[in-house]
Amino acid sequence: MVVVVNGEPMDLPEGLTIADLLARLKVRREYTAVALNREVTPKSLYSESILRDGDKVEIVRPMGGG
Amino acid sequence: MYDTSLWLGGKEFKSRLIVGTGKYPSFENMREAIEASGAEMVTVAVRRVSLPGQGESSLLDYIDTQRYVLLPNTAGCYTADEAVRTCYLAREAGLGSLVKLEVIGDSRTLFPDVIGLLEATRTLSREGFSVLPYTNDDPIMAKKLEDAGAAAVMPLGAPIGSGLGIRNPYNIKLILEAVTVPVIVDAGVGTASDAAIAMELGADGVLMNTAIAGAKDPVAMATAMKLAVEAGRLAFKAGRIGKKLYATASSPIEGVPEWTS
Repeated sequence: MVVVVNGEPMDLPEGLTIADLLARLKVRREYTAVALNREVTPKSLYSESILRDGDKVEIVRPMGGG
Repeated sequence: MYDTSLWLGGKEFKSRLIVGTGKYPSFENMREAIEASGAEMVTVAVRRVSLPGQGESSLLDYIDTQRYVLLPNTAGCYTADEAVRTCYLAREAGLGSLVKLEVIGDSRTLFPDVIGLLEATRTLSREGFSVLPYTNDDPIMAKKLEDAGAAAVMPLGAPIGSGLGIRNPYNIKLILEAVTVPVIVDAGVGTASDAAIAMELGADGVLMNTAIAGAKDPVAMATAMKLAVEAGRLAFKAGRIGKKLYATASSPIEGVPEWTS
């Protein structure tokens, strides 16, 4: 299946959860947040949120800004 | 001189200077400048992580989050909906519920879209956020934002990053009269005297980024800004003299010796 992660289409195995995706991409969990198809996913739901073909995922963190 | 603290979103601040974390030559330089500024709250942007995320140096490796309150912004958001979603993301990321709300109307001026801003302020205030909206220097809009639940209003002194200073000090004064929530002048400061002017007008605080980060020596400029904010605040509290067109002698008029022969 293809999931768009931070604007980049990625070919990912079926049944992958958000928790799996973060581990796979080696994203630090501290001070990050995830939105799945425009809705914020609470951290407590990462391991039960299964990704589907065509999903759009945004993974964000704080960066320098004014 | 005794002074009260600045309270924002239930948090107490002794420093009336809020600084940004963008555009510094290096993270080390940023850390030193923030330290020199005496600020207790720093703004951060919310952006996509770069992928894969391994080994990337992170902003928050350089900011002691026990010591500084983080103020996530919604810079880059052009609609109320984007700004609201960004605030939810920031809160879920653990950045707290005190937010600097920006709904930008135009990329050239970065002036706020105040209609979207008002809508987002209302939504986020209802959802339990302490909203600090970046707005234009309009007292009517400031009052509307306060009524919509804003925890403070943050009128611009001049366009973001312009360094043009406080272009309309009389409007800042009118905003101070119009609202009871804190007024923080956000954007436009170029150098120390601009920050002092904002504080002399009676602003409760000043927020800046480029003026410090873009200076030749950001650490020295951060020190200057700390002093300027303190000096301006003191001058405001002290109560300045009135302006007059003609001179008033400082020395006694009586008792001047006569030298005529």
